[in-house]
Amino acid sequence: MTPTYYLLLSALLFSVGAVGVLVRRNAVVVFMCIELMLNAVNLTLVTFARINGTLDGQIMAFFVMVVAAAEVVVGLAIIMSIFKTRRSASVDGANLLKY
Amino acid sequence: MSALAGVLAQAPLPVDVVSTGEAVAFWILGPLALAGALAMVFARSAVHSALWLVLTMLCLGALYMVQQAPFLGFVQIIVYTGAIMMLFLFVLMLVGRDSADSVVEVLRGQRVAGLVAGLGLAGLLASTLGRALTDVTPVGLAAQNQRGGNVDSIGRSLFTDYLFPFELTSALLITAAVGAMVLASTSRDRARRPTQRGMMEARLRGERASPLPGPGVFATANSVATPALLPDGSVAPESLSEIIDSTTRESLAADVLSVSGAAHQADAHALRGPEAAADEAIGRPPGEVSPE
Repeated sequence: MTPTYYLLLSALLFSVGAVGVLVRRNAVVVFMCIELMLNAVNLTLVTFARINGTLDGQIMAFFVMVVAAAEVVVGLAIIMSIFKTRRSASVDGANLLKY
Repeated sequence: MSALAGVLAQAPLPVDVVSTGEAVAFWILGPLALAGALAMVFARSAVHSALWLVLTMLCLGALYMVQQAPFLGFVQIIVYTGAIMMLFLFVLMLVGRDSADSVVEVLRGQRVAGLVAGLGLAGLLASTLGRALTDVTPVGLAAQNQRGGNVDSIGRSLFTDYLFPFELTSALLITAAVGAMVLASTSRDRARRPTQRGMMEARLRGERASPLPGPGVFATANSVATPALLPDGSVAPESLSEIIDSTTRESLAADVLSVSGAAHQADAHALRGPEAAADEAIGRPPGEVSPE
């Protein structure tokens, strides 16, 4: 076994997250799938840090976590305000810009 | 003995070998993480999705620790599963916990296309990574983690080489906090709500200072459809309902007659019975038993 297996695992997790973003309708679940994709990329960064023998990948993963935390806070606030005005958390409901 | 230990500790490991324990951990945690991710995508309830994602993130945190990144592993567990996922659960409880996904397909065939695209992406990524990284020998982080451990090395790097990005994240975090407060605040616009003084002035300077008559005053019914009658028997025009226009003058004729005194007067003793009326007629106080 080599660390390549970690990369394969993260590729699979990223694909699962992408499928979730494409398939699910609930905005909160779509957001959770985005978090899963970010986590998969973090696993890739940690594995590459190990392969390269430097800590830069781990620090990059740390920054990804910080940005993800900020993104989650703002995104969930947006979902809540959309829910307050539309009484629905479905991503199909918000289509006012369509026409 | 101690010299030998020192030499062993300082000897840099040129090639990182995956130990058996790590392989066991990977083959337990990896499929568990993948199963959690799949269950998250295909779970019906959004709360179940969040809990499956917690499982995946816990497994990933353990995998970070296995991969010589204990600091990131703990940050993953504390920040992601402890803070972010609980925030998700809070929002799920506030927002549609029971709002299931709509089964109506707005774009026809989108789900099938999404599944096919996901499978294609997985195949592409896996085959590319598998072919590109066949003869890669990992260096390993033993040398990096030697001086004071992983946390010490990350801290030194963070506050020297990455100081400016680290300072920038503080601006990002405070912007996110302010943005969330602005977006999610529920306080209504207080400037538009009239004060008590404003309401009083508007009332006294308006057309009518006294309150409007309630429905059915002096009439026999309390319904909104029954307008109020003035003491002389006429219908108070302010109490006519604008919404209910089925109120006719004819249906109020009996009320108008009784209020104006033209009709038969109501019997004051109707509720007390004829005996009380007889008592009152001979001047005896009510409640006293008659002597016979």
